[in-house]
Amino acid sequence: MYAYDELDRTLINERVSEFRDQVKRRLSGELTEDEFKMLRLQNGVYLQLHAYMFRVAIPYGTLSSKQLRQLAHVARRYDRGYGHFTTRQNIQYNWIKLAELPDALSDLAEVGIHAMQTSGNNTRNVTSDQWAGVAPGEIEDPRIWSELLRQYTTLHPEFSFLPRKFKFAITASEHDRAAIKIHDIGLRLIKNADGETGFEVLVGGGLGRTPFIGKTIKPFVHGRDLLSYVEAILRVYNQYGRRDNIYKARIKILVHELGIEKFAREVEEEWQQLRDSALTLDHADIEEIRSRFSYPAYEKLPHMPDELKQAAHDPLFERWRKNSVFPHKVQGYSIVTLSLKPVGGPPGDATADQMDAIADLADRYSFGEIRVGHEQNLALPHVAKRDLPVLWKALDKIGVATPNVNLVTDIIACPGLDYCSLANARSIPIAQELTRRFANHDTANLIGRLHINISGCINACGHHHVGHIGILGVEKNGEEFYQITIGGRADENAEMGTLIGPAVPYAEVADVIEDIVEAYLALRDRAEELFVDTVKRLGVEPFRERVYATR
Amino acid sequence: MTSPLEQKKIRITKPSMVTANRTWDGAVIYRTAAKGWSTNLSDAAIVRTADEARELLAESIADDVGAIGAYIAPVEVKDTGKIEPGNLREQIRSEGLTIDLTVPA
Ligand code: HEM
Ligand code: SF4
Repeated sequence: MYAYDELDRTLINERVSEFRDQVKRRLSGELTEDEFKMLRLQNGVYLQLHAYMFRVAIPYGTLSSKQLRQLAHVARRYDRGYGHFTTRQNIQYNWIKLAELPDALSDLAEVGIHAMQTSGNNTRNVTSDQWAGVAPGEIEDPRIWSELLRQYTTLHPEFSFLPRKFKFAITASEHDRAAIKIHDIGLRLIKNADGETGFEVLVGGGLGRTPFIGKTIKPFVHGRDLLSYVEAILRVYNQYGRRDNIYKARIKILVHELGIEKFAREVEEEWQQLRDSALTLDHADIEEIRSRFSYPAYEKLPHMPDELKQAAHDPLFERWRKNSVFPHKVQGYSIVTLSLKPVGGPPGDATADQMDAIADLADRYSFGEIRVGHEQNLALPHVAKRDLPVLWKALDKIGVATPNVNLVTDIIACPGLDYCSLANARSIPIAQELTRRFANHDTANLIGRLHINISGCINACGHHHVGHIGILGVEKNGEEFYQITIGGRADENAEMGTLIGPAVPYAEVADVIEDIVEAYLALRDRAEELFVDTVKRLGVEPFRERVYATR
Repeated sequence: MTSPLEQKKIRITKPSMVTANRTWDGAVIYRTAAKGWSTNLSDAAIVRTADEARELLAESIADDVGAIGAYIAPVEVKDTGKIEPGNLREQIRSEGLTIDLTVPA
């Protein structure tokens, strides 16, 4: 866990009282909506279809039980008893009243949580691997660096008015769980030949209307130079980014138009002037941040405790364990993923009661810590293996032990037309229908790892481009239609999916997905060949044939 | 969302109303003939010509304290006089989430 310092607390509290005053002036008519809009966006407040939407940041996806209880409290007290966990380690509330927002913010500030820079043209929540600090084989905890970046970019005057929003993601593992290749800046923590920490820096990734996979701009930037190098990138962007056209304003467009070589040269030139400035981090800066992260006092535990051996006789427990429990860097411990994808439920939603119960379980079984991943699930990062059987029963009771992690029903979906004012079509009911179609666990297990991602419009909040199967809502003559892509992926081999054929109407989407899955089962050359690998091997054509032959 | 200014150029082809969100709580509201707001679509003032629509919108936007994001949206007026939302978006705004409904087969 990270312990905030006095400066942080003061900053957050000042921000709350500032916003309280702004809301008061808005409600009295002293501020017009035109004047107020930017102020509310700076505090994570959007206007959606039914109400204001409030987005709260969960930096690098780490929450304490106390913080999660406060998120539950806000859901219960100021909203309709639930919240929606997003793909960028935020939580969104859908029904919040403007008049009560300052109180909600102030309650969150008590536990060091805020909504700064969760919207607007600034550097957004710095996201990271949800298994940071506990994943086996990780080089070092990437959250130290996420936190450094967070502190450096928060309210940085030069980066508060960028041409467009700007998103960082960091990983320190070989397997990328943070989707760094689809972020404006992606950082992969590595060591050089001398064993020094640094980063492979990727730039210009992103989805939306014009999707791009990020490109490596520099294979190794020394840790001490991270801030100066990032500043150099942001300066070049600030200087050349297209402020005249919102569709061309993201850094990915600039990188694409200049070409990565030219862009890299510009950055290098800028960096030469910055590299030995006050931005250079010394050992003490880094250690200061590191010292604020506390790690549990792990016990020395056996690899295979008796409790686990006994529980292995229960097929339901085994089914869940195989699906939701992952290796931990410390012997005798596990990482446990909590599925927020119950059959028939909206992906990523959690009720206040669930959040409270999870906070209690985290206290009892995970040293009071919870993680939020970009797949819209939660995780308990430090569970002793001997506790797995009791934990499973408790999680099952509150509906977060669906054994579908990484399977076809573990769907990423944006709010879509049920909530979002930009949507063309609904996302959530499509996801719900698919979870019902594939509710049989044996079928889902037979299919194996398969990520379905759904967005209600081209903004791609549901990451449809990088879903193994991607579903994008479009509008045709006032009706909801959906374009379907296959073969996308968001990991270290990130790729955009390929369109499989003409858009299909709402009522046919689930049938088409079933056809695609059936085609895969028939086409894969062995049970272990994942859906994406079959698509990679054969291309989309055989899938297209099977799906559209009868349509 | 289409900005109200752009909408001024739009000709309406269907009976329409003006809708917005209430400033203090964000609730969906409809402009009434009595120059107020109601949370019931059935209270909405219905306009049938571009001039009427423009006028209703201008008057709605003028209430910057009470409402935000006002725009013109289509409705269907049934033979019985009942007013219904003219598209899915407005149906969702007026009747709420669809996600408890069963998906059409
Ligand atoms: C409901 C209110 C929301 C609004 C109005 C909204 C708006 C947008 C817009 C306009 C973009 C495109 C930006 C651009 O390309 O420059 C975008 C991108 C994105 N949004 Fe949202 N969004 C919303 C909800 C969400 C939710 C719920 C999630 C997570 C599930 C999310 C995650 C993302 C992500 C990951 C992107 C990145 C795509 C990219 O640019 O690479 N958003 N959003
Ligand atoms: S993808 Fe479109 S519909 Fe979905 S949340 Fe983003 S802006 Fe809204």
